[in-house]
Amino acid sequence: MNESIVTPIGAAVRRKEDQRFITGKGRYTDDMNRPGQAFAYFLRSPHAHAHIRAIDASAARAMPGVVAILTGADLAQDKIGDLICGWMITSKDGTPMRMGSHPALAKDKVRYVGDHVAVVIADTLDAAKDAAAAIAVDYEVLPAVADLGTADAGAQIHDCAPRNVAFEWELGDRATTDAAFAQAAHVTKIDIVNNRLAPNAMEPRAAIGEYDPGDEAFTLWTTSQNPHVARLVLSAFVGIAPEHKLRVIAPDVGGGFGSKIFIYAEETVCAWASKRVGRPVKWTADRSEAFLSDAHGRDHVSHAELATDAAGKILGLKVHTRANLGAYMSTFSSCVPTYLYATLLSGQYAIPAIHCEVDAIYTTTAPVDAYRGAGRPEATFLVERIVDKAARELGLDPAEFRRRNFITTFPHQTPVIMNYDAGDYAASLDLALEMADYKGFPARRAEAEARGKLRGIGLSNYIEACGIAPSAAVGSLGAGVGLWESAEVRVNPTGNVEVLTGSHSHGQGHETTFAQLVSARLGIPIDQVSVVHGDTDKVQFGMGTYGSRSGAVGMSAIVKALDKVEAKAKKIAAHILEAAEGDIEFKDGKFTVAGTDRALAFAEVALNAYVAHKFPTSEIEPGLKEGAFYDPTNFTFPAGCHICEVEVDPETGVTQIVNFTAVDDFGIVINPMIVEGQVHGGIAQGVGQALLEGVTYDADGQLVTGSYMDYTMPRADDLPSFRLGLTQTRCPSNPLGIKGCGEAGAIGAPPAVINALADALGTQDVPMPATPAKVWALAKTRAVRQAAE
Amino acid sequence: MPETPDTAMAKISISMAVNGKPVSTTLDPRTLLVQFLREKLLLTGTHVGCDTSQCGACVVLVDGAAVKSCTMLAVQADGTSVTTIEGVAGPAGLHPMQEAFREHHGLQCGFCTPGMIMSALDMVARLGPALDAATIRENLEGNLCRCTGYHNIVKAIAAGAEAMGAGAKAAAE
Repeated sequence: MNESIVTPIGAAVRRKEDQRFITGKGRYTDDMNRPGQAFAYFLRSPHAHAHIRAIDASAARAMPGVVAILTGADLAQDKIGDLICGWMITSKDGTPMRMGSHPALAKDKVRYVGDHVAVVIADTLDAAKDAAAAIAVDYEVLPAVADLGTADAGAQIHDCAPRNVAFEWELGDRATTDAAFAQAAHVTKIDIVNNRLAPNAMEPRAAIGEYDPGDEAFTLWTTSQNPHVARLVLSAFVGIAPEHKLRVIAPDVGGGFGSKIFIYAEETVCAWASKRVGRPVKWTADRSEAFLSDAHGRDHVSHAELATDAAGKILGLKVHTRANLGAYMSTFSSCVPTYLYATLLSGQYAIPAIHCEVDAIYTTTAPVDAYRGAGRPEATFLVERIVDKAARELGLDPAEFRRRNFITTFPHQTPVIMNYDAGDYAASLDLALEMADYKGFPARRAEAEARGKLRGIGLSNYIEACGIAPSAAVGSLGAGVGLWESAEVRVNPTGNVEVLTGSHSHGQGHETTFAQLVSARLGIPIDQVSVVHGDTDKVQFGMGTYGSRSGAVGMSAIVKALDKVEAKAKKIAAHILEAAEGDIEFKDGKFTVAGTDRALAFAEVALNAYVAHKFPTSEIEPGLKEGAFYDPTNFTFPAGCHICEVEVDPETGVTQIVNFTAVDDFGIVINPMIVEGQVHGGIAQGVGQALLEGVTYDADGQLVTGSYMDYTMPRADDLPSFRLGLTQTRCPSNPLGIKGCGEAGAIGAPPAVINALADALGTQDVPMPATPAKVWALAKTRAVRQAAE
Repeated sequence: MPETPDTAMAKISISMAVNGKPVSTTLDPRTLLVQFLREKLLLTGTHVGCDTSQCGACVVLVDGAAVKSCTMLAVQADGTSVTTIEGVAGPAGLHPMQEAFREHHGLQCGFCTPGMIMSALDMVARLGPALDAATIRENLEGNLCRCTGYHNIVKAIAAGAEAMGAGAKAAAE
C-alpha cells in the first residue's frame, strides 16, 4: 500500500521547490525590503595598491539623502575586527602562515582594485552613488603586484609577509620521491597554468542588515551557503554581536559554487552599519562589483614531473605549485591549494611516492578561494595532463596507460594522506570508452580530416575527496572548525514532518531529496515533508553546503535523527499495542507487532506521542522530535571517467565539442534527475574553464575582464548535450552509501577537453582557456611541427 | 521611498497593462522597466543578473516580444502590455512551458529561470512550436545560466514548445 505513496530512494521525483521558481515566487535577498531601509554603496579602490593618505567626505556628507559615510576609522572606533581565514597552514620551516590584516573597510591601505574604501548609506541607491562620487580620497599609489610569477620581487603588500609569501608548504616525502625518480626509465615533465576563474553565480551577492534596539539584536539576510558559519565568524571574530543576538538568514540563494561560502566585507558592513544609522541597510552587488570583489577561483602555476619504469608503471610524482591568494586570505583560501589539492595528486593511480611543494603568494588582485571543486580540479588537471603526456611519450594508448596504473584494491592508502575506501576505476573507464565509441574514433578522425577538420579525443579519470570532512582529521590539518552536519526531524502531531538541516540549498534541490529520504524511511508522502534551512533562528547550528557534502554528511545526519525517531516511536507503539518493544517492527509506514496483524500507522503513533495518554511519561517523554550531529569517519571518493571529443576548424580556430561522455561513480544516488543536473552544470563550468573563461588583470592590476562583455561565460550554443553514465560502488563510510556529485563535472571536464585538443593539434602545450585565437595559432603551426617530427 | 531633491527630475506619468491589469503611475523618467516592476509593483520574479544586458534574467514580454527590462526605460513601456513571469500561469494552472521546465529539470537555483521561460515563450511566438536543439541553443544567445549547463533547459523548451503547439491545435479543433 505504502509503495504507492512513498517516494523511494533512487526515484527521479520532480522538485518540490520548482513551483515557486517557475512562477516568479522565489524569495532571494534582493527581493526583500525592510521598512525604513537605507541603501549602501561601496566606494572601491580604483588602484591595485595604494596608501590612503586622507579621505575627505565632507562634501559628500552634505549631499541630499545621505545618511552616513563610514570608513575603516569608524570600524576601528567600534572595535570591529578583521575578516579572517579559518584554516591555519604551517610552512615547511615550521612557521605559521602569514595572514595579512583584512579590515572590512580599508584602514590605511588598499590592496586590489575593488577593495573597500568607504561605504555611503543613503535614502536611495542613486543618492548613495552620487555621494560616493563626491568623496575625495588622497591616494599614494604604490606599484601593483599583478603577476604571480614575479610577485616575490614586487612591492610588499602586507607588512607581515616578506616576498609576498603567505606560506611555503609541502606534502609527501621528498626523499622517497627522489629515490623513485632515481630508478625511473622515463621522466615526463609538464608546465601547467590553471587559469583564474570568476564564479559567476547568476544571483549577485546581496545583504540586508537590521538592528532591533528593543532586543539589542541584529538580523542579517545574506546570500550565504552557510549562514551559521557566517554568524559564527561575524560574532566570534569580527565582533558584530554575540551569536545569540545575531540572526543570519540565507533565503533562496541563486547559485553559489563556493563563492557564497565566504564572509565578505559587504555583509559585515551592512550588519554593523544598521545599528550605527538606526535603519536597515541594504546592499546588492551589480555584476561589475561581483567581478571585482567575489572571491575568484583556481590561479595556479605548476611544474610537475612523473617518473615511470620500463613497463609503463608510475614510480613517482613531483609537483611544485605557485598558488595565487590575491590580496587577502579569504575565509577558506589557505586549505584550497594545500589540503584540498595536494592530497588528490595520486589521482586514480597507484603512485608509490609523491612530493608536492606549494608556495602561496599574495598579489594585488581579488582574493582567491574555493570555487566548484576547490583544489581538486587543479590536482586533477595536473595529474590527467601529465599522465596523458606520459602515455604519448611512452607510445602507449592513454586509456591503456591509465588502466595499467589504476588502483585496484581498497582501501588504498596514498602517499598524500587520503585513504581511498572504495572504487572501480576500470569499470567507469570501460563504460565511458564504450559510450564514447573510443574504438571508432580513428574512423571519425579520418572522416573529419577529409573535411579539413582536426579531430581529437581526450580522457580524464578524475577522483575527488568529498563529504568534507572528519572533524578531528581536518582539525589536525589546521581547520578552525569541525565539519560535521546537523539535522533535526520534527514529527508533528498530525504525522507530517519538518526536517531542519544545517545544509543549505542554493540550487541543489535539498527540499526534494531530503524529503525523499524521509518519505522513504517513514512511509509518508513526500508532500508531507518540509525541509527548513538557511535561518539560524530556526535551525540548530550547522556547517552548510560546499564540497559536495550535503548528501554524504547532511543526509547522514538526517538518517541518524530518523533512527532516533523510529526508536522512540517503537517504544510508544509498544505501549499502545501492549506488546514488547522488541516485537515491534516498522515497515511501510506501519508499526506492527511481529507475527500479528496488530498495527498502527505512523501518523497514529505521532499523534499518541503528543497526546501522551497511553504511555508512562515518567519513562518516555512526550513528543516526537529528534536531533543528530553526524561527523563523517572519512572523506568520500567520487571518481569517474570523462571523455571529450572535439573538432577544430583550423581556418577559424573554433573548437566544437562533438561528444562529451561522463561516467561517474557517486555511490548511491537518491535522485538521478538531480544528480544528472549537477553533472551537466559541472561539465559546463569545466568546459568554460577549458575553452572560454579566464580572469585577466593588466600589469597595473586593473581587472580587464570586468563584465559579461569581456569575460566569456558558456552560453547554450557553446555546449553540446552530454552523454551520462553511472557506475556504482557503495561508499562504506556513511549510512546511505553516498559519495557526492556536485563538483565532479567541473573537476573531470577541463583535462578531458584539453587532452582532446592536444590530440587534435598534436601538441601538449595547449593553454586554458583555449580560445579560438590560441587554437588557430596552434593549428597553423601543426603542419610545421609534424614536418619537423 | 523618499526622493532626493537633486535627483528628482520632472516626473512623468505612464500607463500600461502589467499581466493584464491596468497600471498608472508617475515616476522618475530614468527609472528602468525592471526597477518599476521590482520596486514599485513588487513583481520580484523578474531578476537582475548583470548590468550589461547580457544575462537575460530580466526578460519580460512587451506587447508579446521579449525585452530585457534592464535595458528599457519604464516610460518606453508607456501604453504597452507587459507580461512578467508572474503573469504566465493561467487560472487553470501552470503554463505548458512552466510545466516543461519542472518536468525536465530545466532549473536549479531558479535565478535565471524567469528570463529563460520568457525567452522560450518569445522563441515559440517567433519560430513556432517545432524547435530543434540547435535552434533553441542559438536562440538562447541572450540568456545565461550557470547551474544547468543548458542541457535540460534545451529539453524543457523543446517539450514546452511542443506542448504549446499541441494545445493550440486542440483549441483550434
